[in-house]
Amino acid sequence: MLKKLFGSPVGKKLVTGITGLGLVGFVLLHMVGNLALFSGDQAYNEYSEFLTGMGPLFYLVEAGLLAFFVFHIVTGIKIAIGKRRARPVGYDRYQSAGAPSRQTAASRSMIVTGMILLVFTVFHLISFKFGPGGPGNDDVAYLVAYDGGEPIRNMALLVRERFASPLYAFGYTAVMLLLILHLRHGVWSALQSLGAMKPSISGLVYTVGGLLGAGTGIGFLFVPMALYFNLI
Amino acid sequence: MQIKLKVWRQKGPRDTGRFEEYVVPDANPHMSFLELLDVLNEQLIMEGKDPVEFDHDCREGICGSCGVVVDGVAHGPQQRTACCQLHMRHYKDGDSIVVEPWRASAFPIIRDLVVDRSAFDRIIGAGGYVSVSTGAAPDANAIPIPKVVVDEAFDYAACIGCGACVAACPNASASLFTAAKISHLALLPQGQAERAQRVVNMVDQMEAEGFGDCSNHAECEAVCPKGISIKGIATMRREYIKATLSQ
Ligand code: HEM
Ligand code: FES
Repeated sequence: MLKKLFGSPVGKKLVTGITGLGLVGFVLLHMVGNLALFSGDQAYNEYSEFLTGMGPLFYLVEAGLLAFFVFHIVTGIKIAIGKRRARPVGYDRYQSAGAPSRQTAASRSMIVTGMILLVFTVFHLISFKFGPGGPGNDDVAYLVAYDGGEPIRNMALLVRERFASPLYAFGYTAVMLLLILHLRHGVWSALQSLGAMKPSISGLVYTVGGLLGAGTGIGFLFVPMALYFNLI
Repeated sequence: MQIKLKVWRQKGPRDTGRFEEYVVPDANPHMSFLELLDVLNEQLIMEGKDPVEFDHDCREGICGSCGVVVDGVAHGPQQRTACCQLHMRHYKDGDSIVVEPWRASAFPIIRDLVVDRSAFDRIIGAGGYVSVSTGAAPDANAIPIPKVVVDEAFDYAACIGCGACVAACPNASASLFTAAKISHLALLPQGQAERAQRVVNMVDQMEAEGFGDCSNHAECEAVCPKGISIKGIATMRREYIKATLSQ
């Protein structure tokens, strides 16, 4: 039954839809969390310490996220390969017939924006989570005193250092724009994939999805831009 | 009016095929697009060449036999119009038009613009019918069904099986076609007995025929001559989830 539920043409969409929405929830929380830096370095470091300090619960969430990523990516790639197989010879001329079609640059490039997000995510984890002061990378220079307890990781310092570089600040910005593109089609699409769509709300959901995607992407840009231009 | 045509020519399933260019010097604006191809074919026959093969039957937009990609859009530029009902008055003198067959590995080309759409028949054969005895026409009228439900079922039943949805889908998915029949029968009392088995079998068959998966581009709805809504695809997914969970 599980193979039928998740392996069939309908099932693949359940997988991309469920994992896609889960990842949207994650990036939304992550974005809001990042804004803690605007409350000061100490608040940011304490927030980081709060998350890692949750212990088993934190690892559970991390494992879940990893699983969501893997299923999302594997299924996305399967769909992209299946598409080539289903139409080995393309058209000499091809264009969209226009509304009610929702075919856009965003919908056509999901696999490309997705792949770039994947490469980015790996790089992002290496430079921050597993960066100096992180797991397996102890560095006393990246520790900071914490009221009455063990010193904690100075995440704020690392973030400040990284986003001083234009390569980081603008590379990050570019990837966030691709995230917006991915979510512009993704949010609406995920609900349609789960069968949770009807014409009377589809225009609304499409707009709200677009705004949610744009809001998330733009929200991520406050920290790097503020740091790069020395505003905080 | 003069119309230039660039038409896909392919002698048979194994021929590699190529485009050929033709000029129809005196097309009439009242002609349908298929009549333009008729005129072209008369020209070709007079010149001793092979006419362009294309599918057609009713020529009034109700049978689903016709279907070619006209300038990159399945059935051409008029929405909710099969290409047999596309009229040359939408073109101007000197226009050039590219004509291609449906492209999908599940729809192999037989010759020129004619493709084999029997994959659709096999999807219907897998469950797109009602096998319980429903009586004759008067019996149908004896079963009260609310008008809104009947209307919605009819909107799905309007599918003529032309294959434009597959042709236009960037993934060559047959989701709209399959969903239309599933949604149509799921709404009616006569369809209830086989409801769960139908959706599972039809989706399985759709996969077995080698159609692609749906990425929710909604291009299918835009080219469907009957304007069938992708709401049906959402319904198919709900039906499928319910059916597999209850199996
Ligand atoms: C920040 C991480 C990501 C988020 C929030 C996200 C979100 C989403 C959402 C909501 C959808 C719509 C699901 C659906 O249509 O059913 C989607 C689709 C898709 N995602 Fe992602 N995604 C992320 C990362 C990735 C990555 C790393 C890949 C790598 C390949 C990827 C590839 C795809 C593809 C190919 C689709 C389209 C599937 C289809 O054709 O139906 N995504 N994504
Ligand atoms: S020929 Fe019958 S629908 Fe076009």
